[in-house]
Amino acid sequence: MSASVRRLRVTTPEGVEFSFRIASPVLRLGALMIDWALISSAWSVVALLLKPLQLISEDAGQGVMIVMYFVLSRGYDVMMDYSWRGQTVGKRVMRLRVVDARGLRLTFAQCVMRNLLRFIDCLPLAYAVGGVASLMSPRGQRLGDLAAGTIVVHEAREPAPDASVMDGQRYNSLRGQAALVARLRREATPEEARAAWQALARREQIEPSARLALYTELAEYFRRLGQIPDALLDGLTDEQQLRNVVDVLYR
Amino acid sequence: MIVNLDRFIQEERPRWERLDAVLRRLADDPYAELPVVEARELEGLYQRACADLARLRTYAADPGVRAYLEGLVARGYAEIHGQRSTGVRVRPWAWLTRGFPQAFRRRAAAFWFALALMVAGSVFGSLAVAFDPDAKEVIMPFSHLQGDPAKRVADEEKNEREGDKHGEGRRATFAGSLMVHNTQVTLTAMAMGLSAGVGTLVLMFYNGVILGAVAIDYINAGQSVFLAGWLLPHGSVEIPAMLIGGQAGFVLAGALVGRRERQPLGARLRAAMPDVATLCGGAALLLVWAGIIESFLSQHHEPVVPYMAKIAFGTAQLAGLIWWLTRSGEAAAVKTGEGKSKRKEGGV
Repeated sequence: MSASVRRLRVTTPEGVEFSFRIASPVLRLGALMIDWALISSAWSVVALLLKPLQLISEDAGQGVMIVMYFVLSRGYDVMMDYSWRGQTVGKRVMRLRVVDARGLRLTFAQCVMRNLLRFIDCLPLAYAVGGVASLMSPRGQRLGDLAAGTIVVHEAREPAPDASVMDGQRYNSLRGQAALVARLRREATPEEARAAWQALARREQIEPSARLALYTELAEYFRRLGQIPDALLDGLTDEQQLRNVVDVLYR
Repeated sequence: MIVNLDRFIQEERPRWERLDAVLRRLADDPYAELPVVEARELEGLYQRACADLARLRTYAADPGVRAYLEGLVARGYAEIHGQRSTGVRVRPWAWLTRGFPQAFRRRAAAFWFALALMVAGSVFGSLAVAFDPDAKEVIMPFSHLQGDPAKRVADEEKNEREGDKHGEGRRATFAGSLMVHNTQVTLTAMAMGLSAGVGTLVLMFYNGVILGAVAIDYINAGQSVFLAGWLLPHGSVEIPAMLIGGQAGFVLAGALVGRRERQPLGARLRAAMPDVATLCGGAALLLVWAGIIESFLSQHHEPVVPYMAKIAFGTAQLAGLIWWLTRSGEAAAVKTGEGKSKRKEGGV
């Protein structure tokens, strides 16, 4: 985890700890821009729909439009945050979510408060107060979030884990070597084991030449670390060698 | 000390996916209620996911699996330990007759404080204008109020007699603008509670100063009846609404500053939040009504609408408002015992 990524750790009554990744101000600004654009577009549609009312009575149409714009611009965040569990369209696009600072569900009152207090965060212009507050807050909270007891988190997409990385159906020449496997497990740190797993799990995300270089380097490293005889790996590609190592490390 | 990860994932994955599906269904519908069997299943799946996460933390494991499980546990935790939405399903009548007036009464001390500030401001404003008529220009922000009250009354009545329709065709627009503007001012009074109440205090006092200055100006000019007929129809709702905005601001400030010091800041704010939101909603609703009245009734004067009729309307409206805020929902609160217990923990 890089130092710039802030996390909020929550310990459940069951004694299990999980963490939220605090959203950066840049991502929040992006979500805000998307929501503004959306409200403007929605307003164009609503205004078009209200046009016939202005034909009947220009005054009534104008009065309704003033109130409707206020309701739309103020109510959008509140209703979306509540009905989409802490997300607006902008937040969904940017993978952000508002959550209770204790990790619990958002209440309607929290949605109302954090959005009504947006006014203070906007002061004196361009979210200056809210921006400074969220930069200074260890949880990245603007004043509305502080008062409502909410935080904005970034939800990275995490696919369901897949065990196929280890390719357990294939013959693994290292499996029968108890002493070698014990040595590998003793010498390899958990971080090194994870790095090897990650390299295989993210195979398709790595550019081919970089992947080749990475696998060569890792295979070479684990060969030296476990003092693996060449005969056991003869004829295997670096990728397959790495798969065999990860297989015996995790199995 | 490395867990057999592939077997572990293969064995547990169906349960994780089932938990994910149940949580997703709940997330899609904020009002969803699980049958008992499914609720038990959810709890079991959640406990199992917690145990899996704890197990993975003990052993070396892939960070991706851990991140996936952490996400699942976080969502499950919010569902199982979080409070279900209480009363958010739209029940306007219950909110009008019980929710709002009960919240008002629970936080009555903050309302009295806001009222005292506005009264103090009014006294200051009226004294300032009484002793120094030139202060009017500084105190009153609206140019149409800076002229001679007697001349304005004469002009307004002349316009009414001559059937001048200068306001016609703009009344709904005016009403809409008033609603939006006054709601924004009221929400500002609430939001200023974040300045430990200082901003709310200034706003309440300043509004009192303007009110007092206008009142004494018209009274000194012998236009008390016009003033009452002009202000009472909408002011009897608009001014209490602004005071309720101030009340919400002081409740917020009270939670920030921390009168109940045994509770941490977060707990104090959480306790105050539902009432602050309810008070804001109530104030906004009152201001919608006030905007309609100000636009369609207050701007009409004698001889079209007799002042006494406007005064009677305003007075009756104020009496109704007082009854609503002080009495409505009282029986329900006593019946459920809510009123007593919440009043004890209430205050600013």
